[in-house]
Amino acid sequence: MADAVFHATRNDRALAFRSPVTEPRNFRLVAIGLTLVLLAVFLLLPLAAVFVEAFRFGIAKYLEVFSNPDALAAIKLTLLIALIAVPCNLVFGIAAAWAIAKYRFPGRAFLISLIDLPFSVSPVVAGLVYILLLGSNSAVGGWLLEDFGIRVIFAVPGVVLATIFVTFPFIARELIPLMQDQGNGDEEAAISLGASGWQAFWYVTLPNVKWALLYGVLLCNARAMGEFGAVAVLSGKLRGETVTMPLQVELFYNEYMSVAAFSLASVLAGLALVTLVAKSWLEWRFADQLATGSRTH
Amino acid sequence: MELGIRNVQKEFGGFTALKDVSLDIRSGELIALLGPSGSGKTTLLRLIAGLDFPTGGNVFFGDEDASLKSVGERNVGFVFQHYALFRHMTVEDNVAFGLNIRPAATRPPKHEIKRRALELLDLVQLSGLAGRYPSQLSGGQRQRVALARALAIEPRVLLLDEPFGALDAQVRRELRRWLREIHDATGHTTVFVTHDQEEALELADRVVVMSQGKIEQVGTADQVYDNPVSPFVYGFIGDSSVLPVRVEHGEVWFEDRSIGLKAHNVPSGSAKLYFRPHDIELLDGCGGCIAGTAGVSRRVAGTKRVELAIGGAGHRVEIELPVDHPAASRSRIAFRPRRWKLFQDDIEAPNEVALPQPVAA
Repeated sequence: MADAVFHATRNDRALAFRSPVTEPRNFRLVAIGLTLVLLAVFLLLPLAAVFVEAFRFGIAKYLEVFSNPDALAAIKLTLLIALIAVPCNLVFGIAAAWAIAKYRFPGRAFLISLIDLPFSVSPVVAGLVYILLLGSNSAVGGWLLEDFGIRVIFAVPGVVLATIFVTFPFIARELIPLMQDQGNGDEEAAISLGASGWQAFWYVTLPNVKWALLYGVLLCNARAMGEFGAVAVLSGKLRGETVTMPLQVELFYNEYMSVAAFSLASVLAGLALVTLVAKSWLEWRFADQLATGSRTH
Repeated sequence: MELGIRNVQKEFGGFTALKDVSLDIRSGELIALLGPSGSGKTTLLRLIAGLDFPTGGNVFFGDEDASLKSVGERNVGFVFQHYALFRHMTVEDNVAFGLNIRPAATRPPKHEIKRRALELLDLVQLSGLAGRYPSQLSGGQRQRVALARALAIEPRVLLLDEPFGALDAQVRRELRRWLREIHDATGHTTVFVTHDQEEALELADRVVVMSQGKIEQVGTADQVYDNPVSPFVYGFIGDSSVLPVRVEHGEVWFEDRSIGLKAHNVPSGSAKLYFRPHDIELLDGCGGCIAGTAGVSRRVAGTKRVELAIGGAGHRVEIELPVDHPAASRSRIAFRPRRWKLFQDDIEAPNEVALPQPVAA
């Protein structure tokens, strides 16, 4: 009897100390359970399937894809594209963030929305627009082809352009909130101490945003390597020439070379996992210096 | 380094932040720019620094017109309100920054820079913290690093924007005394901005009182406190009470009675009587005095502030009494200001109301 009373009061106390915003226990269990199940079914299972399919016929079969010349060309092209697109967007991103965060000028709000355009426009549409603008039938495309012999559409430059377009927002979006938050104070201090504009940027601005910048570069790189839609439209799928890894995966798969398809896919998935780990580490280590973190306080 | 500010004007868009401001600052002087927020004091400081440029007028450094020179060329030490320390650098690197970024031709050798940085940290009493990062310091310590950093470039002028604004009262008082010592030791011409009159009056050689983009008065602490030249300065510096009065034939009248103050050189007309709540004499009878009904009273340190409702309209003025004074418990109190000042009302406001015939008290 005394025991029962004791338990009753203990439960009351537990209730009393409950946080006011906490839901009942059952609700919490359902919510957590649902999330985990969905994550498992829609994210973990497919990821695991990629690796299972890739290794279905053993490691030797898995490695075969890396001697396939088309696959090798695709890997090389993907790396080349990332190598061009990421630095380009690094420069664009810093310049855009600098302009938006440090200056007031007419059209500034419009520019902020414009930066998000690649997120809101379907990549396929973006690809088609480039074909219209730069295809050999268009004024600019025709001029480039005839006077310089440069093919943009259905060639590597087009693929690079598409990738730059699609990945444009990542770095700028990461830097803008942080730079707005930090304001001009540090730069003013540097300049008052005799620094040139370039020195202020190099010694003060850049170190202040370096982790956010790295974070943006990671996201940008992941997307640059994985982009399918816009690239598919602009590449023309010339084997060994304009086919990137994601496109090559699709080609392999359509030709019933499923092991090769999944092996190559596993490389992409591996890259994604590395990015994810690096991103999580950055978030954990430098949460306060990332835009995602600074938005919350 | 003398500073000359000549007819300086500053507009932001359609807003005029400074209206035709002129000011001369002597070499080695410690000057406070004092005013409420929006008075233009920070704008003026930034114009002197070269962080902003005037839309009209000139800023002289000695005989040289510095109006169009950049902040770097003017060689000023600027201490920011929120310190603006470089968070990714140690305290020592922060202080050495201004020397490290110099072009090779004018940059002192590495060991010399280090020596100077440590010497300055010693001056601001932070030796031993050279290896810390700004986030590991208290507010007061950060402010001192900011000052050491500004001094490192051997500036011609030291400018401080609300240097103690973000600190608590105790630290603020300490740093105030300490800034005075540093100023006296280094001899820099120093200008600081503050909205804290206590700080300005205690610290500065001369105080520049500003309001709405204009300089109201420039003077020593005694001058601006004892002899304010405008109602704004009287009201802004120290406590004050105001009573609407009338001047007639050299006598000051409140409503229907003369209050026993002579104003010989003031032309007749309506005016405002300003006095300090503590600078009064209490009277027993009222033959020429201000008398009122005691209202709310509050205790301020060793004295008591009593609010009096005066005359038919019940104008409220505050006076200060010793806590143990018998008058403090009375319901009607009569007094006369010991020191006071009259400011005539603007002539522009037409006085339509016929003055009541004065009746001798």
